[in-house]
Amino acid sequence: MPDNNNNNRASARSLVQHARPVRVPEAALRFTHTFGLGGMALVLFLVLLGTGLLMIFVYEPTPEGAYKSILYMQDETLFGRLIRGAHHWGANLLIAVAALHLFRVFLTGAFQGVRRSNWLIGLGMMILILVSGFTGYLLPWDQVSYWAITVCTEMLGYVPVVGQALQRLVVGGTEVGAATILNFYALHTVVVPLVLIVLMTWHFWRVRLAGGVIVPSDPENGVARDGYVPYRPNLIEREKTVALIVVAFIVVIAIVFGAPLDLPANPGTSPNPVKAPWYFVGLQELLLHVHPLFAVLVIPSTLILALIGVAYLPYNGSSTGRWFLSAKGRRMSAVAAATAVVFTTAWILVDEWVVDPGGWLPGSAPVVSDGLLPFAVLLAGVITFYMSLKKYFSATVSETVQAIFVLFAVSFTVLTVTGVWFRGAGMTLMWPWQI
Amino acid sequence: MADIDKPRRSFLTRLATLFGGLALLEAGWIATSFLGGRRKASAAPDKSAERIAGPVERFEPGTVTAFGEGHFYLARLDDGGFLALHRKCTHLGCAVPWNADEQRFACPCHGSAFDIRGDVLSAPATRALDQFAVRIDNGIVKVDTSRPIRRAVFEAGQVTRA
Repeated sequence: MPDNNNNNRASARSLVQHARPVRVPEAALRFTHTFGLGGMALVLFLVLLGTGLLMIFVYEPTPEGAYKSILYMQDETLFGRLIRGAHHWGANLLIAVAALHLFRVFLTGAFQGVRRSNWLIGLGMMILILVSGFTGYLLPWDQVSYWAITVCTEMLGYVPVVGQALQRLVVGGTEVGAATILNFYALHTVVVPLVLIVLMTWHFWRVRLAGGVIVPSDPENGVARDGYVPYRPNLIEREKTVALIVVAFIVVIAIVFGAPLDLPANPGTSPNPVKAPWYFVGLQELLLHVHPLFAVLVIPSTLILALIGVAYLPYNGSSTGRWFLSAKGRRMSAVAAATAVVFTTAWILVDEWVVDPGGWLPGSAPVVSDGLLPFAVLLAGVITFYMSLKKYFSATVSETVQAIFVLFAVSFTVLTVTGVWFRGAGMTLMWPWQI
Repeated sequence: MADIDKPRRSFLTRLATLFGGLALLEAGWIATSFLGGRRKASAAPDKSAERIAGPVERFEPGTVTAFGEGHFYLARLDDGGFLALHRKCTHLGCAVPWNADEQRFACPCHGSAFDIRGDVLSAPATRALDQFAVRIDNGIVKVDTSRPIRRAVFEAGQVTRA
C-alpha cells in the first residue's frame, strides 16, 4: 500500500498526474486493445505545435513571399528541412492516426451511453484535423498546393443556394490568391489549433469521467476490482514508450524523405493530373462517378449524419469493449469488408468502361441520371445488405450496424486508394507504375 | 420565502440569458462586418479592371488569343463576333489551354472540353465557360475582367460585334 499512497500524493502535487487516473484496469493496458492511437494523436499534435510555432517565424503568408520563404527555410536555415519535414509527415500521420482512432473507438463499441458525448467531440475534432490539414496544404504555394486547393474550393461551389457564397467566403474572392492565403494562414495557425486544444481538453476529461478507456465489463471476461493496477509505472511507462517511438519515427522519415515542394504556383497553367490532398481524394474519385451535388453534398453529409446518428440508435445491452463486439461481429465485419472491396472496385470499373446512365435515359437531367439514380441504387443495395446480413447471421442491431460501418469505411478506402494510386493524367485509370 | 424568490430569480436568470444572447449577436455582427469589409477592400483593385485587348483588325476570325494577365481568352468567331472567355474550367476551376489544331479548349485536370464559343464538348463540365463583358470602342476591343458572367450554354446574344 505505500506505493499507492505515493501515487495519491504525486497526483495531488502534479497537474499532469492530476489529469491521469490513480489506478487503471489491467485489461486497458494491452497494446492491441487500443493500439495507443489516442495517445499517438496527442503526441503528433504536440510535434505539429512545436514545429509549426517555429515555422511561423519564417513563413510569409503572401503569394509573392510564401514560396520564397519556404525555399529560405529549406536552404538557408539550420534544421529548416527537418522542421518542415517533421511538420509535413506529422500532419499526414495525424490524419491517418486520428481516423484509425475513430475506427478503434467505433469497433470496440465505445460510442454509446456515457461515451456518446465524447464520440461527438471526437467527430468534431476529426473534422477540424481535416480542416487543419487542408488549410496547411495551401501554404507552401507550389503548383501541387495551389491547384489542389483550387479544385477543392470549386467543389464547394456545387452546394445548392449557398455554395457560391461559401466558396467566395473561403477563397476570399473569385480566385485563389492573396486573400485565400491569409484566410488559410489565420485558420491554420490560430483558429483551428485553439479550438482543437479546447476540444482535446474536454475529450480527455470525458474519458476520465467515463472511467478510462472502454474494457470488457461482463464478469467472465471482465475486470474485477482486483484487476486494477497503479497508473504509475504500468500505464505511464507504456505511454512514454509509445510517445518516444512516434517522435523517433517522425524524425527519421523527416530526415529521409523531407517535405515535398513542387514548382512555384502558376495560376496560368494547371498540371496534369490535379489531385486533392489524399484525404479528400476519395471525394474527388466519387466526383468522377456521380453528379457533383451528390458527391460534394448529399453523400458526405449523409455519412456525417450517420456517424452522429449511430450514437443514438437503441442497442440492447451495454457496449462490450471487445473488438468487433463478438466472434459473430468479427465474421460479419469480414463479410462487409470483402463486399465493399468487390462492389466498389466493380462499380469504378463498370462506370469507367461500360455504363452511361445518362445515355439510357435521354432527356433526363444529369442530376437524376448521375445523381439520384446511383444514390437510390446505393441506398437500396445497403438496405438489402443490412437486411440479409441481419437475417443470415441472426445478429443484433449493434453487430449489423457495425458491419455497415465497416462496409462504408472500406468502400471509402477503396475510393481513396484508386484516386491516389490508380489515376494518372486526365484522371484515367492506370497502374501505379504507369503514372 | 423561497416561493416568493423563485419567480424573481428565474426572471433575472432569463434576463441575463437574454442580454448574454444579445451580446453574442452583437459580437458576431461586429466580427462578420469586420471580416466582410476586409474582403471588399482586398477585391477593390479589381474594380474598373478593363483591359484593352487591341484593335479589331488584329484578331482574325476563327482564332483565339490568350491574355494571361487578364485571365481570359479573346475568341473571334468565324462570323467576326467577339467573345471573352474566362480561363477557368467550369468543372473544378483548372486553367484550360486553347488547342488551335483541334479547335478546342481541353482541360488537363478531368478531361472536359469546350469549343471556341465556350460550349461544352465533353463532360464532366456541365456549363459553358464563363464570359467577360466585351465592348468595342472606336475599333478597339475592351474587356471588363472584374466579373466573370455565368451562363449555361452559348447564345447568340452573348457575342459582341464590331
